[in-house]
Amino acid sequence: MRAQFVLSEIGVGLRRNLTMTFAVIVSVALSLALAGGSLLAQEQVSTMKGYWFDKVQVSIYLCNKNDASSDDPNCAKGAVTRQQKSEIKADLKKLDVVEKVYHESADQAYKLYKKQFKDSPLAASLTPDQMQESYRVKLKDPTKYQVLQTAFSGRQGVQEVQDQRKTLEPLFNLLNGMNIAALCVMSLMLVVALLLIVNTVRVSAFSRRRETGIMRLVGASSFYIQMPFILEAAIAGLIGAGFACVLLVLGKYLLINNWLQQRITLIEFIGWDAVVAVMPLILAVGLLMPAVAAFFTLRKYLKV
Amino acid sequence: MIRFDSVSKSYPKQNRPALRDVSLEVERGEFVFLVGSSGSGKSTFLRLLLREERASSGQVHVLGKDLARLSNWKVPHMRRQLGTVFQDFRLLGNKTVGENVAFALEVIGKSRGQIRKTVPEVLDLVGLGGKEERMPGELSGGEQQRVAIARAFANRPMLLIADEPTGNLDPQTSVGIMKLLDRINRTGTTVVMATHDQQIVDQMRKRVIELETGRLVRDQSRGVYGYQH
Repeated sequence: MRAQFVLSEIGVGLRRNLTMTFAVIVSVALSLALAGGSLLAQEQVSTMKGYWFDKVQVSIYLCNKNDASSDDPNCAKGAVTRQQKSEIKADLKKLDVVEKVYHESADQAYKLYKKQFKDSPLAASLTPDQMQESYRVKLKDPTKYQVLQTAFSGRQGVQEVQDQRKTLEPLFNLLNGMNIAALCVMSLMLVVALLLIVNTVRVSAFSRRRETGIMRLVGASSFYIQMPFILEAAIAGLIGAGFACVLLVLGKYLLINNWLQQRITLIEFIGWDAVVAVMPLILAVGLLMPAVAAFFTLRKYLKV
Repeated sequence: MIRFDSVSKSYPKQNRPALRDVSLEVERGEFVFLVGSSGSGKSTFLRLLLREERASSGQVHVLGKDLARLSNWKVPHMRRQLGTVFQDFRLLGNKTVGENVAFALEVIGKSRGQIRKTVPEVLDLVGLGGKEERMPGELSGGEQQRVAIARAFANRPMLLIADEPTGNLDPQTSVGIMKLLDRINRTGTTVVMATHDQQIVDQMRKRVIELETGRLVRDQSRGVYGYQH
């Protein structure tokens, strides 16, 4: 097959259907940008959940030696003692609402924090002895948080009993809701993009039916006849996917770097690595989806 | 070269079959006229030869191949051994004469060198030497049909199928086209030509096959267009 011939056919086809090609590019770009955006939103949620969120419901933070100076009466005597710790652990094991107990030392907490907030200026100033030792508790029934609250919150050596879900769940629910909405819009856009591609290929095949008819008569293989149309669709899709990538980079830069990150310093946001990681997927979908759609359309319109 | 064994063809949604129980054989190197009024089944006959349609029953053999058993992806290879010429020339108006002929060679993947050599050769053969750069629109009907014949003949087919090649041409020009087809036939290429042109058939005195409402009603060597109806 001669590449130059195929390339010139593609050029002719794309120029002939300029408006349709443009529509395909825009709809592919928007739908894939939304798809990428919702993937990144999911990534954001899991970044925010951190290490423990999906594993435990309740965290029992133990006193640190620095807490002695604070006015917390439970921690007046400084760091939690070994005896207090083993009592707490034994009591936790006695409760039947508790399914599993993890122990996190101050050192482990420090390492985890460093890993999770590696880009934050807060992490740089932190030292291991500022971190709190904790028991992370998984409950058989997540709603039975109250039992642990009453059993441990007033105890010596316990700084705080925290129900993680209560504070974070509404936020995650909101994010998940937005994500589902984005996915719905995306699938709608993807359907629109698909229909446009099918129609573009059909118009393209129709406007060149004279050429393709002659090609069939002189014995061109159907692969050879269909290739320019498929490549046309794939190129338009790839350009659309390229725009989608640009939109994602702009979104990350304008929305996160220039706006959210300036205002909300406590949350760790997704980094550029996450944005770059979704790009190959977007480009692959942008290339393959139109090509496959074109292939199946042509099977109907360019019979041997 | 061509063999029809009790071939019938009916199209869906049409109660009358287009071809009914047609059997015939065409040998290598023959020149055959296919005559009959409109709707007699001539076009269906040619479409079966090109494997644009499949027979409803019976067997069609072309170039030694049973077309019913030929898988779809092998059809293009079969068609490369056939040349086709039509009443409406079917040239690409935005390509020059030379490019039109080259197009047929390009799509079957011939090398550039081969194309550059073949195109002037066949254009010379059909009497259009030196008109390579002209556009089809600038040529007369007869010249356009010569370009179409050049394209059909460019890859030296074993069988040339012509569907009323003189249908749009005046008698004098038609004679020129017939001479050209005759010359191509003398190189060993089998020619099957559907036509309404009584004068040509009577002059050429070649084998005549007549179809009427889908039936083969006459197969006559050195025949004429028809008995006086």
